[in-house]
Amino acid sequence: MSITATLSANLALEEARSPEARVAGAMRGFALEIGALSAFRMESCIHCGICADACHFYIATEDPQYTPIWKVEPFKQAYKRESSAFAPVFRWLGLKKKVTADELEHWQYLLFDSCNMCGRCSLICPMGIDVSALIEQARHAMFEAGLAPTELYEKAANQKRTGQPEDSAEPYRDKLLAIGREFGVEIPLDKSDVEVMLTVPRTDIEHYPKAVAALARVMQHLGVSCTFRSDGLVAENYGYYAGGKEWQRQISLRLIDEALACKAKLLIVPECGHAYTALRWEAADLYGKPLPFKVRHVTEFLAEQLQLGKLTLRTAETGATTFHDPCQLVRKGGVTNAPRTLMKAMGVELHEMKNHGAFSFCCGGGGGVVDIQRAAPLRYRAMENKLREVDDTGASTFITSCSDCRRTFDDARSHFNWEKTPRSLLELVADNLAGTAGNAA
Amino acid sequence: MDLVSFARGPALEVALAVFCLGVVWRIVGFALLRIRRNFNEPRNSLVKAIIGGVIATGSRSWPHSEFTVRTGAGEALGYGYHIGLFIVILAFAPHIAFFGSLFGVTWPALPNSVITIFSVLTFTLLLAVLFRRVTHRVLRMLSNFDDYFSWFITTLVIVTGLMATAHIGGPYQTILGLHILSFDALLVWFPFGKLMHAFYIFPSRAINGTLLSRKGAAS
Repeated sequence: MSITATLSANLALEEARSPEARVAGAMRGFALEIGALSAFRMESCIHCGICADACHFYIATEDPQYTPIWKVEPFKQAYKRESSAFAPVFRWLGLKKKVTADELEHWQYLLFDSCNMCGRCSLICPMGIDVSALIEQARHAMFEAGLAPTELYEKAANQKRTGQPEDSAEPYRDKLLAIGREFGVEIPLDKSDVEVMLTVPRTDIEHYPKAVAALARVMQHLGVSCTFRSDGLVAENYGYYAGGKEWQRQISLRLIDEALACKAKLLIVPECGHAYTALRWEAADLYGKPLPFKVRHVTEFLAEQLQLGKLTLRTAETGATTFHDPCQLVRKGGVTNAPRTLMKAMGVELHEMKNHGAFSFCCGGGGGVVDIQRAAPLRYRAMENKLREVDDTGASTFITSCSDCRRTFDDARSHFNWEKTPRSLLELVADNLAGTAGNAA
Repeated sequence: MDLVSFARGPALEVALAVFCLGVVWRIVGFALLRIRRNFNEPRNSLVKAIIGGVIATGSRSWPHSEFTVRTGAGEALGYGYHIGLFIVILAFAPHIAFFGSLFGVTWPALPNSVITIFSVLTFTLLLAVLFRRVTHRVLRMLSNFDDYFSWFITTLVIVTGLMATAHIGGPYQTILGLHILSFDALLVWFPFGKLMHAFYIFPSRAINGTLLSRKGAAS
């Protein structure tokens, strides 16, 4: 899609500026809003190129344009030209040119289609630069320039407006209740004065209803006072993907308001990696003050219940098993031990992949990439290495704790005729609650 | 005033002034930008986060084992010429005398023959680094004027130093003067380009390591 087409798809009619003017404004805004930390990160880059060797897109293609730090090159240029310590010198000598709309058009592919914001590059940089943090900030500028990919932009716009990233024939609230009826589990909905507010991935509602039922079943088993909220159901935040910071804030506020309304002390993020980043690490900053409740991933919560002796699990007959570490939860979020604690409690025979834990390769679908249709061929190339690593473990069971990762692997099943079926860790827990019939969810 | 006196005198004074003011201004440049507050609930205490930052400051000196197969050779090359530069700069008797005149402190020197060997090795590694930069597709794409000029000015200092000690290329006093002038030029260029990484490397690792450890994330 050309820049003009993207802009006309993304921008409302009231946007009267030309693409060039809008890009110039976005880049200047980026440079002026950058903040000391990101500026320091940009200044610290020594152009060693090592970050390329951590990126699955570069490893799969050996195409230098996928070098992570190159993905923020126009933004480094804008910063150095507009607000760095020697900006006047750079402008005067013409060393840093203005970034043009045409340049940014190409960067849309680099920042969105070929970056999962997985953060693996941030672990390799000898200068210690958090490259993925820079990419997230660059996405903000792309959004302001009207250059977010249309799929992400539209889902973000819809979610901001309605709470759902996509229109559905049946509202998610009704789908949720239908899932409860289908799986024979009570769905707590719109209660007040509860301990815990539950959220659900839109991916689970659409593709993995058993995981939704599993969450409700586990909470019911634990006897936790909890509720879903009709007006704050969806955990995902497409504003985060699209780079729309204000939209991300508004989407987060919807959940924050609902958690406050039901007086929850804890908000549980379901099996969704980027929702965890958006709610656990970014929502409070966008809210402008600490959240009056805690945010935990469901696996963290369950591992804690296990350690407190409130949750007991049976042995799961999974055979040789491997686990995919979702980047946003593990590498970027620190939820490394919780899934392994749960698997250990179920006696899972875990065969780790060659690159696991913090060094795990991304599934290839994160950062909204799985939603961008034109990115599919590149995504498939990038995930081939991951699939090999899964196969090399010799495991027959494949588990993860993020529904978007699961969807990406499921997509790979049909594309590559891959034989593994990704399973949900939450579902496995729900199937193996001690004192229940098992497999009921 | 002869060339050596000029290079050691007014040229060096101007270069040191530009170096000091430039470095300070470039660091002050960050302080003038906004520092955002973190409102999210940390996973780890401040002390634990700072310990994580300290660990990252050291651990990033060599890639994690998961990355070494792909990056070990490039990193070794980088280490090679950096170590060579440090030895030549800090262990050569005339350099020590220069630092002594500036800071009033001296230390034992390595024999000149050893320094010459290290200088030749360092020069060879700098050539290898340049070759790699222009032939490696990623490095070639990332490289700009700063990368090549910083390489040039560093190499020029090494080359003129070697010429001076080997008494080749012209009268000793002239080559020595050019060597000191090239060092002056390096000092002037230092705050404007990537040579600043000498000041950034440890704070950068420490700050990012602390922030990642605050979240309990890998660093």
